[in-house]
Amino acid sequence: MSLAVIIVSLLSATIRSGTIVLYSTIGAIFNERSGILNLGIEGMMLMGAFMGFYVALHTSSLFLAILCAAIVGGLMALIHAFITITMRANQVVSGLALTMFGGGLSAYFGKDLVGLTLSAKVMQAIEPVPIPFLNKIPILGDVLFNHNILVYISFAIPFAAWYVLNKTRWGLAIRSSGEEPLSSEIMGIKVIKVRYISTVVGGIFCGIGGAYLSVWYTPLWIQGMTAGRGWITIALVIFSNWNPLIAFGGAYLFGGLEALQLRLQALGFNVPTFLLATIPYLFTLIFLLLITLKGTRSHLPKNLGMPYFRESRE
Amino acid sequence: MKKFLWIIIALLVVAMIVGCGQQGAKGKKLNIAFVYVGPIGDAGWTYAHNDGRLAMEELDFVEKTVYVESVPEGAEAVRPITQLAEAGNDIIFTTSFGFMDPTLEVAEKYPDKVFMHCSGYKTSENMGAYFGRMYQAKYLAGIVAGSMSKVGKIGYVAPHPIPEVIRLISAFTLGAQSVNPDAVVHIVWTNSWFDPAKEMDAANSMIELGCDVITQGADSAGPQQAAEKHGVWSLGYDSDMAKFAPKVHLTAPIWHWSVFYNKIAEQVYKGTWESADDWWGIETGLIGLSPYNDAVPQDVRDLVETTKQEIIDKEFHCFNGPIYDQEGTLKVNEDEHLTDEQMLSMDWFVKGVIGSIPKSGE
Repeated sequence: MSLAVIIVSLLSATIRSGTIVLYSTIGAIFNERSGILNLGIEGMMLMGAFMGFYVALHTSSLFLAILCAAIVGGLMALIHAFITITMRANQVVSGLALTMFGGGLSAYFGKDLVGLTLSAKVMQAIEPVPIPFLNKIPILGDVLFNHNILVYISFAIPFAAWYVLNKTRWGLAIRSSGEEPLSSEIMGIKVIKVRYISTVVGGIFCGIGGAYLSVWYTPLWIQGMTAGRGWITIALVIFSNWNPLIAFGGAYLFGGLEALQLRLQALGFNVPTFLLATIPYLFTLIFLLLITLKGTRSHLPKNLGMPYFRESRE
Repeated sequence: MKKFLWIIIALLVVAMIVGCGQQGAKGKKLNIAFVYVGPIGDAGWTYAHNDGRLAMEELDFVEKTVYVESVPEGAEAVRPITQLAEAGNDIIFTTSFGFMDPTLEVAEKYPDKVFMHCSGYKTSENMGAYFGRMYQAKYLAGIVAGSMSKVGKIGYVAPHPIPEVIRLISAFTLGAQSVNPDAVVHIVWTNSWFDPAKEMDAANSMIELGCDVITQGADSAGPQQAAEKHGVWSLGYDSDMAKFAPKVHLTAPIWHWSVFYNKIAEQVYKGTWESADDWWGIETGLIGLSPYNDAVPQDVRDLVETTKQEIIDKEFHCFNGPIYDQEGTLKVNEDEHLTDEQMLSMDWFVKGVIGSIPKSGE
């Protein structure tokens, strides 16, 4: 086994595994940029994973699976939006409650799905689709252009998200709602509407991330299968400085560290696996420290986590 | 966080059980309760115990059985166990190592009830300990894996570095080496009982390195999916995992808990039960191999059968010397074998295991 083959397999596994959290991180960036902290990501991903697998199992349609996972993620987020935006309840509490709710509900409904496998038709449809010509490029071809369709889509999503956030009026409305909701309202932005939409869009991405895990990645359903990736997402949002393009780096760093430590072990190296697992969090802490130091430009939304009272003058 | 969620679920389930339990008529027939660490649908450890519980419901002298699933290990388990005792259950089985102290605590308060704890070592007047010699089935599985591997490299997805897991890996390796002395077993730790995505990628990493047989000590079927996808042989664990990898699943070392549970229920019913520390072997039928893949040749099946018979007849011990550790130090002399105590506290791998045991602080 040559070094090149090992490197290709490592990088390819990095992208496959990083894609799970790439979707949810992009979603969470939308949430937080509009001022809504979402700690319910784990629950939303689990509901998406359950729903995606359920629909793929019964309809053999991947399109419907993604659609339903997106809808259920969006609905979960809608609950969060109603509680925190309309009822102005504490965002932390609501998010935590949704994580428990999503975990419990998906476990309950998913009981009969454990141990089932998807039809041959679906198993074939989730296979990697090499992109002609591009996949012939040495190393890069196998790393980037030999994946399943959902991975390809994920390549485009951070760019699209970045464009929407930074180059469109909608993006401006989202960002200003997170920074200065009161001034935004005066400028004619409907803060409540903007926050509602951003929250639901975030939930949709989390649902898709969950479905990618249960239908494309493993593919199987088992309760609690996200195994903490929703919490890693929250760290990755800070790590990426609320910038969708840096989210690429965060998601692949996380995916890469996991793929790397498993492969080092397989090669017989004695790796400190527990320490490696802490690196994404360590980077997040370092970044938080940098934010507090002068001169570091942070995109931490000023009003993140704050309920917005339309009537108040503060 | 996840733990907190399970607590809430557990409490809700307990509330439901207590609600139902009080309506149950108290007769001579037995009411039996189970406390599980995982969900009954985990397709592994808890699933196997639950199969045993369902089989007990068929017994004439069993009134009914109940269970609480996904109960967190440690002090939080005291409450569900107490509630089950309060609800009038005659026997309470707790099926994870971390339930040992909580079970003991509750057992002292309910001296007229029987408590049975799986995989621990503490017992009392009314609390028994039980487990199975799974290493015997793992050794047999090793024979199958060693025979089917062309390159002599087997990948093993390992959960946590505890003596039980280490013992099973070592037994499996010795089994593989009994048919192919040069066979090596690569270890990748996931440091989790349960993370399907990670377990699958752990299997991938070993397949990429050229391992042509994959097996696991972790609970989920992730490694099986990886093997099926890459077309390498696989062996499941805990329960028959053939449904996850119909083409490549060779066999799986599995538990038949009903054998043990029916026995205990009968003893309690007849009043002959006494507290003991049971470690049942393959001769009881508690452990065994699941049905073979058609690809497993007859001579391999025969060899497994012969070895099994030798274990039963006590002519053969899986940890017979000479056994060397990874550094090549002689750990077990010829004509000797590991004692039960040595096996229960095993913290070293036999020669041929590639990978190390994470020590605390690493």
